[in-house]
Amino acid sequence: MNINATLLGELIAFIFFVWFCMKFVWPPIIGAIEERQQKIADGLAASERGEKDLELAQAKATDQLKEAKAQAADIIEQAKKRGSTIVDEETQRGHSEREKIIAQGYSEIEAERNRTKEELRQQVAALAIAGAEKILAREIDAAAQSDIVEKLVAEL
Amino acid sequence: MADTGGEQTISSYIQHHLTNATVGEGFWTFHIDTLAWSIVLGFVFILSFRAVAKKATTGVPGKWQACVELIVEFVNDTVKSTYHGKSPLIAPLALTIFVWVLLMNLMDLIPVDFLPWLAGQIGYYGFGVDPHDVYMKVVPTTDVNMTFALSIGVFVLMIFYSIKIKGVGGFMKELYAHPFNTPWLYWFNFILEVVALLAKPLSLSLRLFGNLYAGELIFILIAGTIGLWQLPIHFLWAAFHLLVIPLQAFIFMMLTIVYLSLASEEH
Repeated sequence: MNINATLLGELIAFIFFVWFCMKFVWPPIIGAIEERQQKIADGLAASERGEKDLELAQAKATDQLKEAKAQAADIIEQAKKRGSTIVDEETQRGHSEREKIIAQGYSEIEAERNRTKEELRQQVAALAIAGAEKILAREIDAAAQSDIVEKLVAEL
Repeated sequence: MADTGGEQTISSYIQHHLTNATVGEGFWTFHIDTLAWSIVLGFVFILSFRAVAKKATTGVPGKWQACVELIVEFVNDTVKSTYHGKSPLIAPLALTIFVWVLLMNLMDLIPVDFLPWLAGQIGYYGFGVDPHDVYMKVVPTTDVNMTFALSIGVFVLMIFYSIKIKGVGGFMKELYAHPFNTPWLYWFNFILEVVALLAKPLSLSLRLFGNLYAGELIFILIAGTIGLWQLPIHFLWAAFHLLVIPLQAFIFMMLTIVYLSLASEEH
């Protein structure tokens, strides 16, 4: 327990060490620590925000998927409907076409028949006249008996 | 036991261990062992921490940086929870006190004879001095000069902060008008408060000194008295002392912060 000048020396050393620590040691270290804390806090906040964003995006994606599915179902429905109408229409058109073609065929056949009939009638008339001429050549002239021939032709 | 001659007794052995290496006369005596060890340890502290401070990264810290940051953050938290003012000095002061005192206290765990014996050998072979005349007390905190230097530094800061924050009048008023606020008892208050004020640095330094001196003394006693049986007992005492060493460093730091926060608190 003897106080002496050592105390002064230690006091100076103490002041020097505290001064050095205050000037060159404490500020950079605590600065680095606080900056890192800030960084970590920012990172955590960012990750939280990212998580929330992800959640939102997922919800949005689900919504869109649902909407797309509904749309797709709609489109398919429409397409089916349209397909059936097209088939109906086509069948309808086919029918009418067929009918038309058939009708045309009939009318053509009719016309042909009529023409043939006419031709035939004329030929038969000529033939009958020729026959009658030959028969009558012996007894009467053609002109006097032509009304009978006419009647005959008309009856054909 | 130090091998210093046959005529040695227990009391002279202990006496030898408790004597400082001195230079000078009277008041101008310097305990060069205390000064040297404390200053070396102080430089160990500031240079090793400065190494971290110089290349402190805000990214992933290295191992030594992580260790230093652990200590710095511990001190910072302690200061923040106790000292509510804003001062750029308190936290570095607390850090310096804690680490420096801790390092000086840790010298207590080096086997008591080792460094004095080494010094004796160097004195004998290097300078031709009788090893018995070479003194070496390696734990600076077992020297009252060391602990008083610390506590006087703190005391000066206490007065400084008191006056800076409360003004001279406020500081004086705290001394005479405090427990009994009647002019009749101002003289009594003054005596009481001055004693309380002076008791703070006194108890601060004597607590550290007493604890470490007693610990060192018991190490020396164990080494000096009980032969081979000292080994397990040394171990036990060292294990116990391992608690005392950081605890005393922490108490010194903590009380420094508390005293300074009391000094800078306005009533």
